[in-house]
Amino acid sequence: MSAGERPQREKPWVFRTYSGHSSAEASNALYRTNLAKGQTGLSVAFDLPTQTGYDSDHELARGEVGKVGVPIGHVEDMETLFRGIPLDRMNTSMTINATAAWLLALYVAAAERQGVPAKKLAGTTQNDIVKEYLSRGTYVFPPEPSIRLISDMIAFTVDAIPKWNPINICSYHLQEAGATPVQEIAYSFANAIAVLDAVKARSDLPGDALPRVFGRISFFLNAGIRFVEETCKARAMTELWDRLGRERYGVADEELRRFRYGVQVNSLGLTEAQPENNVIRIVLEALGVTLSKDARCRALQLPAWNEALGLPRPWDQQWSLRIQQILAYETDLLEYGDLFDGSPVIAAKVKELVDGAQAELAKVLAMGGAIAAVENAYMKQRLVESQTRRIAAIESGEQTVVGMNAYREAEPSPLVASGSGAVLKVDESAERAAIERLRAFRNKRNAAEAKAALLGLRDAAKSGANVMPASIRCAQAGATTGEWADALRAVFGEYRAPTGVVAREVRGSDPEAEKIRARVRGLGAKLGRPLKLLVGKPGLDGHSNGAEQIAVRARDLGMEVVYEGIRVTPAEIVQSARDEGVHVIGLSILSGSHGVLVLDVLGRLRDAGVRLPVVVGGIIPEDDAAQLRAAGVARVYTPKDFDLTRVLGEIVDVAEETCAA
Amino acid sequence: MNLADDQRSGERDDARELLAALESRVLFGGAPRLGLTGAPGAGKSTLMDALVRAHRARGETVGIVAVDPSSRRSGGALLGDRVRVRSAASDPGVFFRSLAARESLGGLADAARAAATIMAAVFDVVIVETVGVGQSEGDVVDLVDTLVFVAQPAAGDTVQFLKAGVLELPDVFAVNKADLGALAERTARELESALALGEKPDAKWSPVVVLVSARDGSGIDALEAAIARHRAHLAESGVLAAKRRRGRDAWLRESLARRYGSYGLAAFGGSAALSARLAAAPETSGFALERELASELERALRGERA
Repeated sequence: MSAGERPQREKPWVFRTYSGHSSAEASNALYRTNLAKGQTGLSVAFDLPTQTGYDSDHELARGEVGKVGVPIGHVEDMETLFRGIPLDRMNTSMTINATAAWLLALYVAAAERQGVPAKKLAGTTQNDIVKEYLSRGTYVFPPEPSIRLISDMIAFTVDAIPKWNPINICSYHLQEAGATPVQEIAYSFANAIAVLDAVKARSDLPGDALPRVFGRISFFLNAGIRFVEETCKARAMTELWDRLGRERYGVADEELRRFRYGVQVNSLGLTEAQPENNVIRIVLEALGVTLSKDARCRALQLPAWNEALGLPRPWDQQWSLRIQQILAYETDLLEYGDLFDGSPVIAAKVKELVDGAQAELAKVLAMGGAIAAVENAYMKQRLVESQTRRIAAIESGEQTVVGMNAYREAEPSPLVASGSGAVLKVDESAERAAIERLRAFRNKRNAAEAKAALLGLRDAAKSGANVMPASIRCAQAGATTGEWADALRAVFGEYRAPTGVVAREVRGSDPEAEKIRARVRGLGAKLGRPLKLLVGKPGLDGHSNGAEQIAVRARDLGMEVVYEGIRVTPAEIVQSARDEGVHVIGLSILSGSHGVLVLDVLGRLRDAGVRLPVVVGGIIPEDDAAQLRAAGVARVYTPKDFDLTRVLGEIVDVAEETCAA
Repeated sequence: MNLADDQRSGERDDARELLAALESRVLFGGAPRLGLTGAPGAGKSTLMDALVRAHRARGETVGIVAVDPSSRRSGGALLGDRVRVRSAASDPGVFFRSLAARESLGGLADAARAAATIMAAVFDVVIVETVGVGQSEGDVVDLVDTLVFVAQPAAGDTVQFLKAGVLELPDVFAVNKADLGALAERTARELESALALGEKPDAKWSPVVVLVSARDGSGIDALEAAIARHRAHLAESGVLAAKRRRGRDAWLRESLARRYGSYGLAAFGGSAALSARLAAAPETSGFALERELASELERALRGERA
């Protein structure tokens, strides 16, 4: 075929890989390698201290620095992160929420140091606080000031950084937290409405700004394995978004009503068992959000096949990038119009989703909107219930997961053969190095200037002035991430979201559960009171779905469960365990900082003279698990232990052993 | 604390002996006991957090008993109040114990009373928190000196509360979320007028309605002042001793009835005989009296059978 016969091809979506770890320097090297391999945009993963507004040397940051992303403490870190990457030609997505205004300010200041004016920057700050309360857990401030920060960023960027997407409304994490497609659409739209209504109510925006603001709101979706339904979900959202813009916000320009979204293909649905199958899952999930031209994603991030095992290596990420390149450049996907127009099957499914989502959205709006439905825990409880149902379906085999609850006979996988080092280990010295760099930076900056800028930020926060200009001055003056967040904590206060674990019991009875219930009762008689379990989430990791499901299930099996929510310190866990007189402690850590945090809890228990069995769940590579067991942990659970009833049965074993000892 | 919560018979006896000794020291003294009740979501825990912070700022230690409902089906319970009481998280001056209501064992009153008794001997203040509006209301009121009802503005719970006919129980009403403004004020006025019409069990105390906001901390001073006024009233009028005695008696009646049933009480001579026995021992601790009466009852029951 000669060049002249080649059909017109659509421009492909932006290829990204969610990445960042250890330090700005190491992450910069990784980004440059990825761009050289054909990646077309960047997606920055920040570590948990950066996401929750703590400097690397804060007590709560211990064990978390550089683990799930890159630590960015000040403008020099940001500058290092993008060294050799011209920011006027880059499209950068930042997964940052509570501290989004700060990281954008640092990005602007770093660009300035490259000689790039803010007007030329393009990219996205995730900046969706509602889903942090519901699922992801990296919130800092209460809902009201959080929405105000978001609204400030939107008002600032619409003219100062016109190519910026100041917020990426996430249905992604709702799906991870258990949402059905209808709940995903309804709750993410309720969230968008809360934000848009807040912006609409501002007095400092020109009258014509609202349609442009509407046009800058983008979404972040999850693509799950039910890929036909996922296609329909994207089409339903496209339809509803257009309608919302027209009807609620009077946006006349059709272009500004286009539903624009990026995707991270589902990571939590990937299995630890037979992990090579995950590549097939990723491909199918990518199809769900690319097949339909009218509802195609604008940017796509694929996870690596081994994410359920630990942190992916550069080779693993390269493999996922190649999937995108083959799909976009080798296949004929981009040569056609929409493949589904006129399909009655798709149209019916889309209508079903649209109708269901509108009904659920009306319910949330009737109770006062997304913020009210966070504070009264309505959405969180519905999500915990959906998740409970989903897990029950996997446990019962009603929902097939190949390699996990079906077709488990398998040859040993050469990909995870022992000694292959199938995951990346973050250098444990990264934390110390980060602290040293931070302290050196603090010493050399002009302290008076930084202090004055922080006072300016405080005043802006108090007076209601837009915090963005003040934040950019803080970035230029050398303030640190912890200082920026502390200044706002002092004005706004801190928040703890409802846990949603009061959710109704949604499971029917099954014989396994009955057996365990009887054992729990029997053990209670021996112990003199019901078996009491402490579920603790030490560290900054906010992914509480697992801990919540364990807490709810333990309750359903007759245990008394003390659950304290996220972000508790090892010292707090030990004090709770002692005050509450629990029989077993369960710790959940997904951020990879299990080594430091679990050993800390064990050490403090010993110091306090409390002898209690500890079990741990999380994304824990086998080598680490062995170390934890050697240190005295009674059991270690990883994502392959999907059967919660069985896990809790073993926790009863542990309690029985301790009782007998 | 674990021993006091132990239902095995041997351990129970040991615990009772200890508790009797402790209670005899704090029956009419010890730490003041404050009850917080109200519907779920009214903001009890957040308000408690604010109160605990205020006590700690003055250097006073605090013991907390938080009661959550148990699942009727499984008997299990989710004890989630610690989430909201961050002041308790790592402060050795605060002791926080969650208890499940355990309907099936009927042991809440016992366990909560035991925990509160121990805490009253050790800490400067004891706070008991329960989900209000229900059967357990009677239990809390028997356990504490001052009962605060936390109401949320214009929520159904206030009306329910009025309907339930327990308006006379709380000494102080805290209308939370005063940051909501007019709504909260209206609720406070409604409560005040309802209280004016209602019966007053304590002729010398008129229940106080306070507007508070656990969110922005406003009104906490006023709430503390109202609680302090009620305490002063109890101390001055000599009502405290009578109130604690009444609480002791109510708990004993319920506890004995639960263990021995109406048949057992009849063997003892019925309710009137029990009242006479209680009246004859005004200074004896509840746990000591329980041991005494229980063994008498058992003797009486054995005697009848023989």
